Amino acid sequence: MADEVDKILASEEIAPVIEPGHTYASITDKISAIVLTRPTPMLWYVGFGISFVFVLILLFAVSYLLTKGVGIWGINIPVAWGFAIVNFVWWIGIGHAGTLISAILLLLRQKWRNSINRFAEAMTIFAVMCAGLFPLLHLGRPWYFYWLFPYPSTMDIQPQFRSPLVWDVFAVSTYFTVSLLFWYVGLIPDLATLRDRARKRFPRFAYGMLAMGWRGSAVHWHRYETASLLLAGLATPLVVSVHTVVSFDFTIGLVPGWHSTIFPPYFVAGAIYSGFAMVLTLAIPLRKMYGLEDFITLRHLKNMGEVMLATGLIVAYGYMMEGFVSWYSGSPFERYLMFYRMHGAYRYMFWALLLFNIVIPQALWILRVRTSPLALFIIAICVNVGMWLERYVIVVVSLSRDFMPSAWGMYSGTIWDYAVFAGTIGLFLALMFVFVRLLPMISIFEMRGLLHEESEK
Amino acid sequence: MADDKSHRNAPSLDAVRHKLDGLSGERYWRGLEELAESDVFDQLLREEFPQGIGAYTDIGRRDFIKFIGASLALAGLSGCGRAAPADEKIVPYVTQPEGWVPAKPQFYATAFTHDGAAMGLLVRSHEGRPVKIEGNPAHPDSLGATDAFAQASILTLYDPDRSQVVTSGGAITTWNAFMIALEGEMEGQRLNGGGGLRILTEDVISPTLADQLRAVLARFPRAKWHQYEPVARGNALAGARLAFGEYADAQYRFADADVVLALDADFLSCGGGRLRWARDFAARRRVRGGKGDMSRLYTVEATPTTTGSVSDHRLALPPSEIVAFARALAARLGAGSGGDAKALSPASGQWLEAVARDLESHRGRSLVIPGDYTPVLVHALAHAMNQALGNAGKTVSYTQTVTAEPVDRIASLRELVKDIDAGQVAALIILGGNPVFDAPADIPFERSLPRVAFTAHLSLYEDETSARCRWHLPQAHYLESWSDTRASDGTATIVQPLITPLYGGKTAHEIVAALLGQSGRSAYEIVRDYWRRQSRGDFETFWRKSLHDGVIEGTAFPAKTVNVKSAASFESQLPGSAAKNPEPKNKDVLEVIFRPDPTVFDGRFANNGWLQELPKPLTKLTWDNAVLVSPKTAERLGFAPDIGATGGERGRVIVDIAELTYAGVQIRAPVWIAPGHADGAATVLFGYGRTRAGRVGNETGFNVYPMRTSGAPWQGTGLTMRKSGRKYTLAGVQYHHNMEGRDLVRSATLDEFRKRPDFARDKESNETLYPGFKYEAYAWGMAIDTSACIGCNACVVACQSENNIPVVGKTEVTRGREMHWLRIDRYYKGTLDEPETFHQPVPCMHCENAPCEIVCPVGATTHSQEGLNEMTYNRCVGTRYCSNNCPYKVRRFNFLQYSDFETPSLRLRNNPNVTVRSRGVMEKCTYCVQRINAARIDAEKDERRVRDGEVKTACQAACPTEAIVFGDINDRESAVAKLKADPLNYGLLTDLNTRPRTTYLAAVRNPNPELKKT
Repeated sequence: MADEVDKILASEEIAPVIEPGHTYASITDKISAIVLTRPTPMLWYVGFGISFVFVLILLFAVSYLLTKGVGIWGINIPVAWGFAIVNFVWWIGIGHAGTLISAILLLLRQKWRNSINRFAEAMTIFAVMCAGLFPLLHLGRPWYFYWLFPYPSTMDIQPQFRSPLVWDVFAVSTYFTVSLLFWYVGLIPDLATLRDRARKRFPRFAYGMLAMGWRGSAVHWHRYETASLLLAGLATPLVVSVHTVVSFDFTIGLVPGWHSTIFPPYFVAGAIYSGFAMVLTLAIPLRKMYGLEDFITLRHLKNMGEVMLATGLIVAYGYMMEGFVSWYSGSPFERYLMFYRMHGAYRYMFWALLLFNIVIPQALWILRVRTSPLALFIIAICVNVGMWLERYVIVVVSLSRDFMPSAWGMYSGTIWDYAVFAGTIGLFLALMFVFVRLLPMISIFEMRGLLHEESEK
Repeated sequence: MADDKSHRNAPSLDAVRHKLDGLSGERYWRGLEELAESDVFDQLLREEFPQGIGAYTDIGRRDFIKFIGASLALAGLSGCGRAAPADEKIVPYVTQPEGWVPAKPQFYATAFTHDGAAMGLLVRSHEGRPVKIEGNPAHPDSLGATDAFAQASILTLYDPDRSQVVTSGGAITTWNAFMIALEGEMEGQRLNGGGGLRILTEDVISPTLADQLRAVLARFPRAKWHQYEPVARGNALAGARLAFGEYADAQYRFADADVVLALDADFLSCGGGRLRWARDFAARRRVRGGKGDMSRLYTVEATPTTTGSVSDHRLALPPSEIVAFARALAARLGAGSGGDAKALSPASGQWLEAVARDLESHRGRSLVIPGDYTPVLVHALAHAMNQALGNAGKTVSYTQTVTAEPVDRIASLRELVKDIDAGQVAALIILGGNPVFDAPADIPFERSLPRVAFTAHLSLYEDETSARCRWHLPQAHYLESWSDTRASDGTATIVQPLITPLYGGKTAHEIVAALLGQSGRSAYEIVRDYWRRQSRGDFETFWRKSLHDGVIEGTAFPAKTVNVKSAASFESQLPGSAAKNPEPKNKDVLEVIFRPDPTVFDGRFANNGWLQELPKPLTKLTWDNAVLVSPKTAERLGFAPDIGATGGERGRVIVDIAELTYAGVQIRAPVWIAPGHADGAATVLFGYGRTRAGRVGNETGFNVYPMRTSGAPWQGTGLTMRKSGRKYTLAGVQYHHNMEGRDLVRSATLDEFRKRPDFARDKESNETLYPGFKYEAYAWGMAIDTSACIGCNACVVACQSENNIPVVGKTEVTRGREMHWLRIDRYYKGTLDEPETFHQPVPCMHCENAPCEIVCPVGATTHSQEGLNEMTYNRCVGTRYCSNNCPYKVRRFNFLQYSDFETPSLRLRNNPNVTVRSRGVMEKCTYCVQRINAARIDAEKDERRVRDGEVKTACQAACPTEAIVFGDINDRESAVAKLKADPLNYGLLTDLNTRPRTTYLAAVRNPNPELKKT
């Protein structure tokens, strides 16, 4: 490893996006074998087992929640939003990396994206699924969730379109739909490959159904390219819009610490930041577990580290501006809130988030860190934690100190808050495990295309 | 039922019950059918439906069977109370019951007796269910207002934990069995002139009951009538006797008082006249239109009280120094001797001098008020000072006492216990009260009680005392009773029932009648009989008018002339302890102050969820009593509160448990730091720690009665406190008492106000790009006068009662989830030791630009055409975004299923005009929209506009100081529109451009320029 880094440093050459020595067949073999022929590693069973325990915890916690009501959580007046909204924003943010990788980097012709886009997109979908649970569950009467949709009600009642929560419904559902379509369309050629390579009846049938009759003809490829470009075009604004809309949930409110124009860009940057951190968190163990170092190379890790560094700096600028504007505004409420964040009961969270989100990731300036999977993994975990804390500080701390001191109060999650949160992490991981077991986690045909381009150079 | 034949209207219901006894299950129903054919049933039927029977005298067979079937069906419906028995006419106040209009409530006048006098009420009844209590404007102690206790009393009526059966030795039995046992016992007592008969009552204010009890004493010359109540005006009575040589009640006229000195007197929340005093006091301090004059209030007290919180100057002294202060002031004013300002600290001396000068320069227009709980000497000295200042006959007059038999309550109980211990008591009838729980610690009532062979306890609950008596008798709630009572000025009121007893309770009148050999005589007859003897002219006219008005004309006591005996002799007449100079202070020994709890009182309201969850006026704690100490004392003893993590601050505060040792008794209780408390003293609130209160009141708080002795029922010295090392979680609703520089409550002194009347006004800028709402008909608005608000909590409970607001329990309060739509914020200004206190009731602001409305995704909270911010409960999905976006945090969320949909009796209590909310729904103040709509319907029928004052919100109606004014701001002439134009008017957080409909009038106080803080 060290030699490898030294080599890069010495030659100042950029590491390849695919290690040399691969042929079309070897790529196809290696990736499809994970699904079709190679024995499932023990680690998979252990990981999936543990994740599934958390899924069961989630089911139990949600059942109890639906029976008793949201009062089992720690929310109160004044802090009427707690873990549910924090987790929602966090999960939605995580999803953003997948979309960015698959849409924006596609349009920007960033070839290195090819090996990570598939599972980053899967991550997006699973993260949005986890995120989507929370706004539903946090409702006082979740069984009426559909009242937020503009369905043709016989009472002629429509949602109240001035509310950012209604915008959220559209933003998140659009996001989920486009992400799912994009992911599925991208999977079709590989599903056909799996169909062709599968030996057993059922996989052949299942992959065959999913491949929708893909034969790899030039017409198919033409249509595929058009569709994926169109979807990329559709998904691109979503990268910016979804988290912007999510940030509106706060900025539209009057609450000091929420009511700020910096939120949309800073939320989008934060989302990409946390998303790349999650991609790294998943990619580093996966490439190790399945020996995919050839496809997910140090080049990928380094690039993702650089994206994190860039977005992290935007986030840092956001924090700085929040502080500055709260002072500059002259509003006693804003000033007090900033003071309280730094010195109040939740100060540890505030300082921890600065440490995790701003200070530690500065190590990414160092190339050696950017090319060390272990260091990157640690930093990515820090950023994941830091971004969760950031949302906690925004949602909870702001609400706990608004306008009337008589109504000030504190919040902390109960065991049920933690159970639901841990449960969604379990659900996310369990879905990821199922995904890597059943579908090619790296796009086979894109890797083959990449090999073609590389060899042409 | 030996006397059945002699009384025409004997309750044969008992006979039916008796017959049914021993039957259960299937047998029961068969028994009932059998009963239908019996004479007893026929008689019962006749009583239940007298007109019905009359109309059906010649009915056919089919109709008869239908009738019987209906009666049986009705008999099976438990909990379906009806209005009063049909042959006992009760008279509605406003609407005559001709043509019963369903869904149209009726109001009946009655009275609630509490803390030494009655408060006249008008009780709203929906289809025979009393639902809401309002004050009776014609009653001198109500003037239309009520207090928290009266408001909450309706919940006690429906309390499912109230005792429902007669028990004997713990076993369920019948009234009949008790009456037979009592007859037997009385038979024996008659032989020796009642030598073994003792009756223990609470304070008797009812003239009829007093008359009956005197008749018992006449019939049994050797029997004794004892009175005991833990919160009695014993010191006031003894003080009057010491001063005048006779018992007298002081009647204050605040309207004529320019300078008032309250000596340990919380006259705004204690004593029979509290509502009238509060009304008069507030009226003298109302400045409008930038002009006006105010009276000035000085308070000397140890425990922070509502009176202290609204006074212009407050001096916190420990109890012993209050006595010294009173003596020194009396000496200074030439109304006593022996006192000397040198005994006081220099600061107190200066204060005293300023007060004395102020009082002297307002001779005949000043007033010195001693508190009910302050020592006898202070009372006597206060009377002497009023005389010396020429106030007697002007700002204060004297009348005979409201209590029928002014005796020393504690001595009376002591004598009873002595008699029991001497074996002289064979039968003890306890009418109300709970002496086993609340008797002084050194009077071993509980220990002696079993020595009495025949004990019977009439009470609302099967409580601690009932458990130790042979017989427990369920008492009828006052809303189920015929009785009478008196206001603090003597004005009598007939207490009329709103509903037949839900649980078969009886009144004290009926029990005492049984002692007189008149068992079976109804309270109705007894009360009527008494007043027939008192009235002149046509009795029926008198009776109807008295019931209708809620007051009996001409029954107020005339003022009597009393003269202060030589003030010099006061101290020599008192037993040592009361007059002694304070002992030299040992720093570790504290003075102890005993006070009834501000919400559960002496413990009698312990099972009332509304009062349990009602934040105490100054500490804002719920569900517990804590020992109050000053910040300095707490610091010295090392007590400090800690904010809990979950719902901390506003919900949960973790405090130290202290070990209190006093009078040889050790008690553990949580400690609460009360800014403004006197140093070197601790206030212990009694009334908590009940063990047999019911499901609500059991296991709440700490019982401190074991420390309260007969020698020092209100204050004493010798308390030591130390940390026990244990912690306790208190549930409060407000922890932050600092406004953090935000101008939420705006205040000024009278001088500042005169210089700049509009000191509180914001510069208004309503610039907007968007067209505003147009209000063509009405635009409802509210103005709340923070000068007038005394923080008494009446509005909070009135709101809870009117709007079916659930009780959530201590655990939920610690999570910051209490449901009160109207809260009273309490802020302090100045130092911790001498804070200025402000109360600010905060209902929904009904903003023109409501931040809640724009964020609701389903449009469940919307703007009405009249400017109300309305909640549509059944559209709410519970995102809680509206609450987050409400800068006033007035929205309340049903985090869990809080409303009780199960308990039948509690369902009866609900206001039928207000939706009972389910889990997952947001709610908040509606400006009592149901009342607005009712008034609008009436107005539309008459083709007119709703008149100003026609709609009174529940909080406004309850407010004793008229601090809350509601009305149509489109009507320039309305009271509320005028207040909104007043220079004192300001809105909360208006720079957020919410444009609140609820606005406030800034507080103006009138400090003495001489006492300006240096």
